[in-house]
Amino acid sequence: MTTLVARSRRSLGRVLPALLWPALLLAGVVPGLLPRLLAPLAGGEVPDTGSTPLWQLALVHLGFVLSAEAAVVLLGVPLAVAVTRPGREALMRLAEALTGLGQTVPTLAILALAVPTLGLGVKPTMLGLVLYALVPVVSNGVAGLLAVDPALKDAAEGMGMTGRQRLWRVELPLSLPVLLAGLRISTVYNVGTATIGAALGAGGLGLLIINGLSQQNTALVMVGAILSALLALSLDAVLGLFTPPE
Amino acid sequence: MIELQHLEKRYTNPQTGAEFYAVKDLSLSFPSGEITALLGPSGCGKTTTLRMINRLIEPTGGHILIDGQDTRRERPEQLRRRIGYVIQQIGLFPHLTVAQNVATVPDLLGQPKAQTQQRVLELLELVGLEPGRFAQRRPAELSGGQQQRVGVARALAADPPVLLMDEPFGALDPLARDMVQDAFLEIQRRLKKTIVMVTHDIDEALRMADRIALMNAGALAQFGTPDDLVRRPASDFVRQFLGEDARLRQLAGLKAADLMQPGDATGLPQIDGRLNARSALSIMLRERAGAVAVLGEDGQVKGVLSWQALEQAG
Repeated sequence: MTTLVARSRRSLGRVLPALLWPALLLAGVVPGLLPRLLAPLAGGEVPDTGSTPLWQLALVHLGFVLSAEAAVVLLGVPLAVAVTRPGREALMRLAEALTGLGQTVPTLAILALAVPTLGLGVKPTMLGLVLYALVPVVSNGVAGLLAVDPALKDAAEGMGMTGRQRLWRVELPLSLPVLLAGLRISTVYNVGTATIGAALGAGGLGLLIINGLSQQNTALVMVGAILSALLALSLDAVLGLFTPPE
Repeated sequence: MIELQHLEKRYTNPQTGAEFYAVKDLSLSFPSGEITALLGPSGCGKTTTLRMINRLIEPTGGHILIDGQDTRRERPEQLRRRIGYVIQQIGLFPHLTVAQNVATVPDLLGQPKAQTQQRVLELLELVGLEPGRFAQRRPAELSGGQQQRVGVARALAADPPVLLMDEPFGALDPLARDMVQDAFLEIQRRLKKTIVMVTHDIDEALRMADRIALMNAGALAQFGTPDDLVRRPASDFVRQFLGEDARLRQLAGLKAADLMQPGDATGLPQIDGRLNARSALSIMLRERAGAVAVLGEDGQVKGVLSWQALEQAG
């Protein structure tokens, strides 16, 4: 009984934010609502959010983040699997060094380096997002796969599973919580990183922040910042639903 | 029958080029339907030998035949699905239910789901776990003894003729170990599998095994029944490894009720038939008696256990 109660409480603690933050985000993109609320910051003048409606900016922003994450899953998970196969210790150390390096290079530097080759707009933004989000997914994927109890791998092999079967039936399911945690971290990071994309002309919620800064309009900056934060919190809470307890 | 012919596992140190034999020129036959213990000190090559049988380790020389067929003639995965495998760490998959764990090998073999489901229930029953209570639980909810019962059920799921066990009861506390060992012997009496069991526990080997292969430094020190090793040790090593109290340890693995004979029990000290023969001997020494009366579970005298019977036992 007590475990049942504890379990339902725990799930309530996860479901509530997953409802609350998206609801606030939806309220935030209602035309005119947020700018009017923040007008006192601009001396009572309602900030001009431009011709694109807020919900569309938020959707574009979400699109950047989700497509970057999709690419990251397609690249990062196979990479984590590849470097953790037995006999590839050297490759794994190389991957760890590279992901560590990725974490120390500032996003802005990645974006700035990408512009000369890819030009302005969506392309360099996506490159920056993917490279930056790859780091937590690969490092968590590797950590999760390495943490699988060797006795389980021995049992699986001894019962006649092939390498592929061991991976799909044992190693991936068991490392999934750690992998998902990495995906969640990288998604939240990328909501923030994607705002910088607006500086390259990619659009999204960063546009409000950039315009606000150039117009020295705090209210406009705040509209962009608050919506980005709500988007990040919403994604974090929704992804949290998929992370199994403990 | 499993035959090892001049089996060898040689490791070469890549830096120095020095060679080390984990197992050297080992020839041995494990009889069908019997439990053979691979016994020996750590590093003697017993686990290496076991793992070469299902090719988790590939030999560097010699052959292994199972029922006359060389194990190298089929893919390792195919071979392993016909060989049950039980390990000390148990190795149940924590993300799967007990039933799903037991169904692992039948699923790998592509057996029909309905048939496997039925089989899982039978196996849980066989290892003494009520299917209704345990089938849908996760391994983490079970005690160590219950987990290893599931481990045994999982190894038996596809009805393999051969079972390999690597210190299967080594991680259990003494009480649970006794219970699971008893349950396992009971199962083996019915199923008559060909079992190879690695252990460093002399008591376990004397108690469980029909035959013992005692290994030392990668080679066979002696192969025989527990009685052979205890009463007719082939070398000083065998004698020293088993110890001077080997006979007492052997008696500890026998039940008083199994050794009793019909006879006149009047005036004899009475003992519970479930006691082991070593305890019975202790009582005979304490009571200064040449024999004891053995009681059944109903408290009635079932027979007499005499000093002579203890001498002969084994």
